[in-house]
Amino acid sequence: MKLFVSEGNPQCLKVLCALEVTGVQCDVHYVNHEERVVPFLSRPALPALLLPSGRHLFSPNAICRYIFEVNGQESSDLCNQWLEWEATHLQPALAEALHMAVLQGKGSEVSQVLQGPLNFLDQSLNNGNTPYLIGEAVSVADVVLWAALCPVLSDSSLVLGKHKSVKAWFDHVAAMHSCQSAAQKVLQGKGLQGMKSYMQRQPAPQSSQCRDTQPCNSSPAECGEEEGERVVSEEDMNAAALKWSKGLNADPLSKEKQHPILPQEGKRNILVTSALPYVNNVPHLGNIIGCVLSADVFSRYGRLRGWNLLYVCGTDEYGTATENKAREEGMTPQQICDKYHVIHSSIYKWFQIDFDFFGRTTTEKQTEIAQDIFWRLHNHGFLVEDTVEQLRCENCQRFLADRFVEGTCPHCSYPEARGDQCDKCGRLINAVELREPQCKVCRQIPVIRSSKHLFLDLPKLETQLKQWLDTSTSTGHWTANAKQITRSWLRDGLKPRCITRDLQWGTPVPHPDFKEKVFYVWFDAPIGYLSITAKYTDKWEKWWKNPQQVELYNFMAKDNVPFHSVVFPCSLLGAQDNYTLVSHLVATEYLNYEDTKFSKSRGVGVFGDMAMDTDIPSDVWRFYLLYVRPEGQDSAFSWADMAMKNNSELLNNLGNFINRAAMFVTKFFEGCVPAVELQQEDKKLLALVGWELQQYIQLMDKVKIRDALKHILNISRHGNQYIQVNEPWKKIKGVGTERQRAGTVTGVSVNIACLLSVMLLPYMPTVSQTIRDQLHAPQSCVSTMLQGTGTFVCALKAGHRIGTVTPLFQKLETDQIEALKKRFGGQQKTAQNAATVPAPAAPAAEVAMVNGVDPEKAKRLTQAVAEQGDKVRALKAQKAEKAVVTAEVAKLLDLKKQLALAEGKSPEPAPQKGKKK
Amino acid sequence: NMALRELSSLEKYLGLKKPNKYSTQGDKKVPVLQNNNGPPLVGLVTIACHLVKEANRPELLGDSAESRAVVQQWLEYTVTKLNSCTKEDIKTILKDLNLYLQDKVYLAGNQFTLADTFMYFGLHPIIMDLAFQEKEQFVNVTRWFDHIQHYPGVRHHLSPVVVLRNRIYTSRHH
Repeated sequence: MKLFVSEGNPQCLKVLCALEVTGVQCDVHYVNHEERVVPFLSRPALPALLLPSGRHLFSPNAICRYIFEVNGQESSDLCNQWLEWEATHLQPALAEALHMAVLQGKGSEVSQVLQGPLNFLDQSLNNGNTPYLIGEAVSVADVVLWAALCPVLSDSSLVLGKHKSVKAWFDHVAAMHSCQSAAQKVLQGKGLQGMKSYMQRQPAPQSSQCRDTQPCNSSPAECGEEEGERVVSEEDMNAAALKWSKGLNADPLSKEKQHPILPQEGKRNILVTSALPYVNNVPHLGNIIGCVLSADVFSRYGRLRGWNLLYVCGTDEYGTATENKAREEGMTPQQICDKYHVIHSSIYKWFQIDFDFFGRTTTEKQTEIAQDIFWRLHNHGFLVEDTVEQLRCENCQRFLADRFVEGTCPHCSYPEARGDQCDKCGRLINAVELREPQCKVCRQIPVIRSSKHLFLDLPKLETQLKQWLDTSTSTGHWTANAKQITRSWLRDGLKPRCITRDLQWGTPVPHPDFKEKVFYVWFDAPIGYLSITAKYTDKWEKWWKNPQQVELYNFMAKDNVPFHSVVFPCSLLGAQDNYTLVSHLVATEYLNYEDTKFSKSRGVGVFGDMAMDTDIPSDVWRFYLLYVRPEGQDSAFSWADMAMKNNSELLNNLGNFINRAAMFVTKFFEGCVPAVELQQEDKKLLALVGWELQQYIQLMDKVKIRDALKHILNISRHGNQYIQVNEPWKKIKGVGTERQRAGTVTGVSVNIACLLSVMLLPYMPTVSQTIRDQLHAPQSCVSTMLQGTGTFVCALKAGHRIGTVTPLFQKLETDQIEALKKRFGGQQKTAQNAATVPAPAAPAAEVAMVNGVDPEKAKRLTQAVAEQGDKVRALKAQKAEKAVVTAEVAKLLDLKKQLALAEGKSPEPAPQKGKKK
Repeated sequence: NMALRELSSLEKYLGLKKPNKYSTQGDKKVPVLQNNNGPPLVGLVTIACHLVKEANRPELLGDSAESRAVVQQWLEYTVTKLNSCTKEDIKTILKDLNLYLQDKVYLAGNQFTLADTFMYFGLHPIIMDLAFQEKEQFVNVTRWFDHIQHYPGVRHHLSPVVVLRNRIYTSRHH
């Protein structure tokens, strides 16, 4: 048995004391504070006891208990209770006290920190009325507590108040020679100063106010609450007040975008792309948050910051999946693409994704640019040729992609194994290894044919790639997962990658030896970013061949990282045409759905068109998806949580504050913003709000979209508290200064509401505009507030007249949410059942859902359209208010559009609205 | 109150016939057990050990002096380290435990003890919050955790943590 201790470490005093008191024999080794004795702990932990069995003890109390037990003294319940109290209550206070006394020279504050535990100990000793903690004999509890308190209680400079019973007990234990001798060994008669070098190596203790915080779980705002109050200095307050008094920008940014947006000299030119959604499916919530919505929030924010920014996206349309979908639905691939492109557009429109251009990959520009890049790669010697063995169905006249072959598993003889994997034994299969293969479409037996293909020579480009990656990842905002995934690809070594396929639906390979072939989608699809930009403007090269002036942000889910960080950059590097490569690669983790298990291969989840069908406003969907954005780690979508966040954060916190602030103006000041006389308290609030705004900007600049959201919610929390404390509704009834105070509080609050509308704009564009409409806020506040590190100015001056105030959010009721959960749960159940049986074909309900075609829903919607139609006619007949009629007509059009989708028709183009952004 | 729910789960696990009455004390809501034959017992670990002795299951506290010390050490760890930690601390805790559990089935070696139960309770919110790649990173902890949550009679008040990958959308067709 070996005991490791270090000098000046008060924890070691406990164990040495225990050895002395019990007389148990043990080798004691004095080591450095930093010595790592316990092999599995990453931080040095002393004392440590190496047990005869080779195991380690690193808790001083457990070591003492062991020493006593070896000596025949097992600890009682009461003893346990003292030891637990010592570890959970006394130690945290002692750590703080010693930190103050030894390192900060604040001995005078020690008594306050220790007061609670010492009172408790004093009372217990007093009640027990025995010389030791437990009865008449010394126990492990006495040793542990005495040793813990020894450094502070022996120091005469620390005034610890009158704890008579503690003093008597302490002296009684100290009278034992063994305790004195242990104390001498550890503190060497130097008292507190003997512990200095040990204390300096300890992490600073948490102060008692925030010690009890729970581990931080997923929701960002909850963490915010736990941060405790920020300390605001006099200078902060004055600076905030000075900023407040500055006016709005005289020269507001022009509100209207001037298309085409092109890079400008002297501006920050930012090109934003979102991964191109694949066309043959309705997008899922995961697609939306991972790509288009995240990029939208960042783009809106960037425009507010005054950056010259272009956001492009579009549908990815080529490939086997489209060909097959076309066969299923009896259409041509082009018709399928046309149909789904419209569906995508309408969903993104509903989610208010503000693309500067939303295009598609099946264009002539795509062919032109992809073929140009191909020839450049070819001419620079970055393409190599090889033959690949593939299954070909002579009946269908085509090569079969893995998923279109079925046969007997070569491993387990399961007769319905797929060409890529066996559903029974789960092994991965190479399609040509299948026994008795069959074409899934016509059930004929395919033959093995070798086919010549072209490969991109990634190994040859590796050095160049690494060089570029080093710079880009160290200077840009790459998310941690993006860097990690890229590193692991490079570590595994790059291999040549096939860029051609034996298909018809794709960009044709222009090389005469490879006609009949098209480009493989992974090569082709990212070129879509360029060709879509080229459809937007013929000066597209100013964006894409301009790395000196342009910063490129790519948004995607993490499964897409290697194509954007390794493969596509290699295509562009090899083409050697001064292409703009990605500077900031922003990848999200996965969004999970409730706690239901999903069949991965069947792609079941919540779809964009379902969200449109829930009666929950688009802004609330955006808010919740961004609130749970899988930023840094996986997160989960849950209906109950969505309702809770809507009710607690939007309704009770944010909406409540803005509504109260504006209602005070309306009710108490006839709709005119009252005069503001800033006092200390108001300045402190301005400084707090300013700090939150600054954090918001810093985080948004780094694309931490979810983290930034919490600071918006913090501001309204500060605001609510401010109103609550100052009670303007009472003060307004007073006279003179009382009344003036009500005016100041109202004026400050309504200006905070105005700031909130600006910060909210990227997240909830409609709500943001509604707030400004209600406040009649000048448009220039939008461009002013987010300049520099944040500029919170008084945008609504005294006398400013605000508009009509109405509530911004509605409560989501439990039964409503339960109904939604059930409605969408039914479809999941089908999928779950399906997943348990390795059925070759997807069940009908699921196919229907994936297509967006849903006869059940269509029936419901037909009914709803008829009813809404009657309602509109009735309103018109009654000559109802124009606004009311317009709103009902909009509902009707929306229902018709949903009906068209549910019936699988392409909806009529939505009528042009009056104002266009 | 988590501590009280943990004690009630322990009672069920131990098969105690009639549930005890608990109250809490102080800001930290420390559990208190009113004891008929003596003064009340205070503290989660203290009460838990007391219940185990009452149920006549001393092996749950370890079958030797060494094991008993190891069990007490991890019990103390759960009430001191797990309840007030930052994200950084969580990483360190998981890393350390992962290394520790590398060659062990249970915290005290080859025998299930009270330490496993309370470490499981304490880690539950942390494990719930892990990304799948982190679960893979701390594979020994995950393995141990999955084992304990399926250990008969342990889980009770907590939701099972899925160790499977569970996605809302599938990767693209590359």
